[in-house]
Amino acid sequence: MTSKIKPPKGAPYARIMGVGGYRPVQVVPNEEILKHIDSSDEWIRSRSGIATRHWAGPDETVAAMSVEAAGKAIADAGITAEQIDAVIISTVSHFMQTPSVATEIAHALGAGKPAAFDISAACAGFGYGLTLAKGLVVEGSASHVLVVGVERLSDLTDMTDRATAFLFGDGAGAVIVGPAEEPGIGPTIWGSEGDKNTTIKQTVGWDKFRVGDLGLLPLDEDGGIKFPAITQEGQTVFRWAVYEMAKVAQQALDAAGITADDLDVFIPHQANMRIIDSMVKTLKLPEHVEVARDIETTGNTSAASIPLAMERMLATGQAKSGDTALVIGFGAGLVYAATVVTLP
Amino acid sequence: MAATQEEIVAGLAEIVNEIAGIPVEDVQLDKSFTDDLDVDSLSMVEVVVAAEERFDVKIPDDDVKNLKTVGDATSYILKHQS
Ligand SMILES: CC(C)(COP(=O)(O)OP(=O)(O)OC[C@H]1O[C@@H](n2cnc3c(N)ncnc32)[C@H](O)[C@@H]1OP(=O)(O)O)[C@@H](O)C(=O)NCCC(=O)NCCS
Repeated sequence: MTSKIKPPKGAPYARIMGVGGYRPVQVVPNEEILKHIDSSDEWIRSRSGIATRHWAGPDETVAAMSVEAAGKAIADAGITAEQIDAVIISTVSHFMQTPSVATEIAHALGAGKPAAFDISAACAGFGYGLTLAKGLVVEGSASHVLVVGVERLSDLTDMTDRATAFLFGDGAGAVIVGPAEEPGIGPTIWGSEGDKNTTIKQTVGWDKFRVGDLGLLPLDEDGGIKFPAITQEGQTVFRWAVYEMAKVAQQALDAAGITADDLDVFIPHQANMRIIDSMVKTLKLPEHVEVARDIETTGNTSAASIPLAMERMLATGQAKSGDTALVIGFGAGLVYAATVVTLP
Repeated sequence: MAATQEEIVAGLAEIVNEIAGIPVEDVQLDKSFTDDLDVDSLSMVEVVVAAEERFDVKIPDDDVKNLKTVGDATSYILKHQS
């Protein structure tokens, strides 16, 4: 039986056309973190590579930061907001469950009536969003897709938790994905390992805030209710990241049909400098490959980390338009996504 | 084939050298990873991952903290290698 439905008419390929980032105004040095935990600047730097991070102020909302980053990405891509016909926002720190923040951002940008939705894939969120965007462009459901990774992780950080207080930061990174004549985004190697879904997680769900359940909430020293925060089993996650993610990164290179020698740039999720160093070693990246080390001044911004690092590398000249870059995100779920892209 | 104690120590020495840059001859049975060999908690995770590959053993997270010295790791691997 022949289908009555016309075959889709998408673009032959997709590429990243532009990138933009937003970093909150307030810069928070390790000294500020040390007011709440027993630690040292030396320890934080040696175990994570982080010296400073940005924390968002009251006006730097998830939507506001996204609009700033998206505006830059739109300009960088040389398109107008009206040309965007899909908006994908990846975040775990937007506190309104409905409506999606994507609709608010699309409206604020003047994007007309694009498809708009949020996704939840933690630190792999950028790669998940990019993969969806590529699919939409190639399949023909959209011509220009805005993908934003955005977090206000400071809102979900327990400042007294030694394992996480120094790690997280806030910010937004955006890209425009559009049509291309040759492949600009390689095959994605992605997946999840749900057997490890408790190794990074929110302490309690919002449903526990129902009056009847209040007794189930964690309390602080003074008996006050603790706001939900992200906790993690640091060593378990570190081990998974250094061992399993190098393999996934290699698979992404293989799938794109290139070797480490063909790379110009490596942009891993900025989770921990030690994870980055370990992956560089395991992947045997040659000297000429420029490695994103944005974590030093940005901390771990989850879904925002890869586009933020990408923007900075392009802005500082560490990377250039047309470079071939390996990107890999990984985090709570545990989830991961790796692919090879051509930089805008 | 299962590795001997000497082979395990020599293998660990190479791993520690690779990860922490410690001269291989410094890696002796009585040496503590953190106190004597400058292998911090995260480098230790890398050492364990490399040792698992090399000696075909599984070293679960919970056991890692009991491996204080090169001797501890060597006995563990001797006992658990397949
Ligand atoms: C968080 C992380 C830096 C902690 O490092 P770690 O080595 O695993 O820390 P541990 O809890 O095992 O503690 C090791 C030692 O440091 C100490 N320590 C722990 N936190 C500390 C802190 N904030 N300051 C100073 N010392 C600290 C511990 O007391 C322990 O000391 P001891 O050996 O004398 O008992 C590390 O596990 C990590 O980055 N993991 C990956 C997490 C990640 O990237 N998550 C996001 C993925 S998206």
